[in-house]
This record gives sequence, C-alpha cells and structure tokens, in this order.
Amino acid sequence: MAKKRPEPMEHLDWMEAIDTDIMDRVLRGAEAYLCRQYTGREVENALAADHLSPGDFCALLSPAAMPYLEDMAVKARLETRKKFGNCVQLFTPLYISNYCDNHCIYCGFNCRNKIRRGILSLVEVEAELEAIAATGLKDILLLTGENRSISGIDYLGEAVKLAASYFPAVGIEVYPLNVAEYLFLNKCGADFVSVYQETYNPLRYAQVHRSGPKRSYPYRFHAQERALRGNMHGVAFGVLLGLGDCHHDAFAAGLHAYFIQQKYPHAEISLSVPRLRPYINDRDLFPQNVGEKQLLQVMLAYRLFMPHAGITISTRERAAFRDHVVGMAATRISASVKVGVGGHKQEEKGDQQFCIADPRSVKEVHQMIVERGLQPVYADHVRV
Amino acid sequence: MHDLLTIGKHDFRSRFILGSGKFSLEMIKAVIEHGGVEMITLALRRANIGGEANILDYLPENIVVLPNTSGARDAGEAVRIARLAREIGCGDFIKVEVIRDSKYLLPDNYETIKATEMLAKEGFIVMPYMYPDLNVARALAEAGAAAVMPLGAPIGSNKGLCTRDFIKILVDEINLPIIVDAGIGRPSQACEAMEMGVAAIMCNTAIATANDTALMAKAFKLAIEAGRAAYLAGPGRVLHSLAEASSPLTGFLEE
Amino acid sequence: MKINGKVVALEKKITLQDYLNAQEFDLRLIAVELNGKLVPKSAYATVILSDEDVLEIVRFVGGG
Repeated sequence: MAKKRPEPMEHLDWMEAIDTDIMDRVLRGAEAYLCRQYTGREVENALAADHLSPGDFCALLSPAAMPYLEDMAVKARLETRKKFGNCVQLFTPLYISNYCDNHCIYCGFNCRNKIRRGILSLVEVEAELEAIAATGLKDILLLTGENRSISGIDYLGEAVKLAASYFPAVGIEVYPLNVAEYLFLNKCGADFVSVYQETYNPLRYAQVHRSGPKRSYPYRFHAQERALRGNMHGVAFGVLLGLGDCHHDAFAAGLHAYFIQQKYPHAEISLSVPRLRPYINDRDLFPQNVGEKQLLQVMLAYRLFMPHAGITISTRERAAFRDHVVGMAATRISASVKVGVGGHKQEEKGDQQFCIADPRSVKEVHQMIVERGLQPVYADHVRV
Repeated sequence: MHDLLTIGKHDFRSRFILGSGKFSLEMIKAVIEHGGVEMITLALRRANIGGEANILDYLPENIVVLPNTSGARDAGEAVRIARLAREIGCGDFIKVEVIRDSKYLLPDNYETIKATEMLAKEGFIVMPYMYPDLNVARALAEAGAAAVMPLGAPIGSNKGLCTRDFIKILVDEINLPIIVDAGIGRPSQACEAMEMGVAAIMCNTAIATANDTALMAKAFKLAIEAGRAAYLAGPGRVLHSLAEASSPLTGFLEE
Repeated sequence: MKINGKVVALEKKITLQDYLNAQEFDLRLIAVELNGKLVPKSAYATVILSDEDVLEIVRFVGGG
C-alpha cells in the first residue's frame, strides 16, 4: 500500500467511500446547534422532556447545564435503571500490537514517538486470551495501532478467531476497514467495532493528525456505517475529550450515534468518554482542560439523549469516579486492564498507550459493583 | 413565510384533509369552504347509470383529490382501484386503504406495504393508512410512501388519540409527514395531535355527524391551526426537580 | 355482455366510447376496466365491445 499522505477530506485509493449523507448531516447539525448560547430555561426544558431533541442534547452539554448537574444525575440514573436494570457489563482490552503508521500528536503510539514497539504472535495472543478468560471475563476488546502490513487483516482475522474461541463477545478497536474486511472479521467472530473520531472538528482533526491514513477524516467518520454494512452487531462512538472543544465534540459524537441508530435500528450503539491523559513524550498538544465535572456532564447528557445506548467508562479515570458513575450513566466497565502490548500472561511486549488510573482486578471491580447494589454481568451477548 | 405542508411535490397551506363519506353533496361545498380544506379523499364505486350527479361537480376547482382504495381487501385490489382512480384524471395522489376486518375496520399493515411499493413504482404519490407500528412505518417509507397515515382510533369511533404514544414515536422517527387519520372526534383532539408534531389531520365522521357541519368544519380548521402554532412555538415544560440536597449523586467529583 | 355485474344484451358491435355516450356517461368523470384490464381514456374510441366482454365502470363518490 502506498504510504501517501491523504488530504484531510480525501479518501485514498484503497479506502472504500460509501454512499451516505450522515457526515454532512452531523457537520451541518453541529454548525446549527452549536452556534447558539443556551440558557437555564432550555436546560430545564431538556430535563423535563420525555424524549430529547438534538437541541435539548446540546443544551445539556452547554455551560448553562452545569448548575443542573445534580438534576441531570438523578434523571440519568433513572433512565439507566429503566433501560439496563442494575446491570453493569465487565470487559477488558487486549492490545495485540502497537505498531502504527499514523502521526497523531496526542497519542502514545504515534509513529514519531520513540517507544518500544511490539506485536504478539498468535501463540502469545492465545496465551493472553487464556489468562484473561481465567479471570471469568467473557467480553474482550482487541486493539491495535494502524499498520496494515505488520498487523494486517489476516493477522486480525486469526486473532479474532482465537478470541472467539475463548469469549462469546469479541469487539475490535483497530484501524478503520472497508465493508468486505468488516464482513470477513465478523465471520471470524467479531461482533463489535469501536472507532473514535477523536474530534469532529475537521480543522482541529487535520491539525492533530499530521500524516498516515488516519488523516482522512471521512474514511474514519464512516467506519461505523461500513462496519454495520459488514454485518457487525454493534458499534461504538467517542471523542477524545480535551482534544477539541468538549461541547462541540461530545455533541457531534452524540448526533453521529443518533443518526446511525435511526438508519440502522437493529444496531447496538455505545458511547465512550476517553479523556486526554498523560502519555510518554506528550508536549505540543495544548489540550483543553476537561475536569471531572465536565466529563460527568458529557456522560449524563449522552445517557439522557440516547437512553438505550451503552456507555463505557475506561481506566483513564480514577477508581472512585468509575465507582460512582456505574449505574448512574455507565453500563460498561473495564477491569484488570493493561494498555501496553499483552501484559496479562507475560510481561508487556510493547509500551503503553496511556497511563491508567485504576489498575483493579476483575475480582475487585466485581466486588465494588456488588457493594453498590448493582449486578456485574459477564456475558450479555452470545453468538449462535 | 408560510408554514407549508409538502406531500410528494405539492405544497398545502391547510393541514386539514377532509374525508367525504356520510355527507350529502350539497353539504360538502360549505364544509370545504368553512374548513379551508385543500385536499379531499374520495372513494371509487360503480357508476351504474349515466347522468347522475357526480361529486366532482360539487368540489371547488383547485381542491386536490385524494382517491382512496376503500373496498380493497388486499394489495392487488388496492392497486387495481388506484389505477382506475388515476385514469379518471384527477392527479397521482392515492390513499392506500386495505381493510379486511369488517368488525373494527383496522387496516392490514402488510398488504398496505405491498400496495405502497407497487404503486410508488408506478409513479403514484402514495399516502398509506396504517395502524401505528414503527417497523411498518419504516417499511412504508422505504417502499416509497410520501406520507404515513396512522389511525388515532378505529374508524368512526370518535375516540380520539388512543394511539397517541405510538403516533409520537412515528413523529420522532419517521422523516415523512405523519397524518393522523381515523378516530378523531373533536377539534380538541385534532389540536392535541398537531401539538405533538403531527403534520396534518384527516377527519370525516366528527364533522359529518355534527349538528352544524359547516361550523364544525370551521372549528376543526381553527383547532388544527392552533395546534400547529403551539407546536411551532415550542411549548415550555415544567421541571420537577428530584435532586436530594442531603445526599447528592455528584458529591464525589474532584477538580 | 356484463356491466358492473349485470348481464346486458349487446345488439351490435360498438366502440366503447359510443356505448358510454349512449348511456349518458360523462367521460371526464369515469374510468373503465375491460375484462380485468384498465382501458386508457385515449383508447375509448378504438376499443370495440363484444358480447363476451366484462366491463366495470367506476366514478368517484363520497366515502373512504
């Protein structure tokens, strides 16, 4: 594959361009809703609504909603309870390769960063899977950096097949793929695809993605839709909070998920809220400072806008924060997390993507969930 | 700037569609006038003799005729009726009404989807009458319907918006005009439907059985306009705060 | 010949248009089906009726 540097709105030759209007509608929606100032009145309207409109959602994400955070929390908890009962799904990520061709200035894996690179052999992947399965987990997320030669589609297929032999629910958070490739990985046993747009602002996106295939905004944007056309069961959306304007990005991500759900009513939708955290060699970024209050606000707004969508809380956040948000808004939580390559069975083979703030084991997280009066769930999805 | 109702490629200022059953021919003109009606639905029946009075002669010039397929018990019959109706030459609109149930007169959603698909392919502007089911509404949209017409309650029952929650779901999820048809008994019910975001109302029995049909038509006109204006104005909502100051859920936050 | 379900004697072959005019139908206000197929109005003058034909003649009425 020619390592040509795409223009920000360009598809390279090998990138499949699908026929869809969702990107335009999200960008136009972002423009229309975000140019306004919202007031307490509108936040109250949103909180009193049975079904939130995009305008209501935008109001809940605005600074005007901050004084209403407690009201949002109470309502979000009710909604989470209504749709998810008291269940909290456990899972863990497994990084199988951190080789990456992209120069994303915010990420620990970026191609310019001098870190220890590693890729697990299939034997090593299996050893990791075995170790993770022994903890009782039944939901695994496989991750790689973007390198289509070292961690190409065939390697991914084999890794997915192995994962599917140990876990009833297999998700992938890898580089964006074409429909046929998603179809292939789905046949291998993957049902869930996560792709974070990082920031929905095209200018900021171009600024932080200096080179590599990830520089193509639309190819990344349309990944979830290609995944669904490739028979994937569920897709996850997210932005890296603090990379761009938090209000803007969270709104666009929510709108994106909303339109996809409308178009693919059978799809299982989930939202994630990764917040920029320290990483090795992290200068030149000028991130927006997103505090815990704002992070919570985003999660609560997501919950109220899309009551039926899953919300994931990762180990970027401290234990106490995670403990309080499960059941309130979050429905999925990771445990026993290692964010270097491998690290469950053997020593980490490649350096970490970011620093984790909650290293608790599956048992400990399970215990915490029970103590909070909630029910830990291991397998919510079984492929027949 | 007018708030127009667009169906197919036609624009309407009125959101009040009249059903024509149970009226005498002489009455219908007054009802149309007082109701500000721009679209009327007509049935197709055998013409046994020539020279008898024809309803088309009693309608104002510029009114849009919406033939319906009443009498059809399946998609094939609906298509047959639609083609005949179009041949009379009043335009391409067709209301698909497929009813196999003589007791409640509930529409057959599945035959309606089939008929909609066939007729849309033949260039009709299809407005299907249906029982409000979101999946069916999606299928109708995909089949090429120009609008979706969910019933509020059984035909002639005047019970109002029994299906209001499900109509609301259609308003929220389907990107086509949602027109409530059947069951509306009073202008206040029509107003309520319009406040929910419904695009238009079709009504017949409530007007035809009123003591003063022309005045009732006017009442409906005003009610529909009021409901639409309220919807556009964006009703405020009352927030009932559930937060408990003593044990706040957000007390754990740092920074 | 059957018209709208009723059997009617047809004395001689006649065009559809002539038959309809003889029965005093206003051609603008009706549509016709011959042996189960729609007859376009443009064809009324050329279609010739025979004794085996089954006709349906319809018009708009209030109802629905």
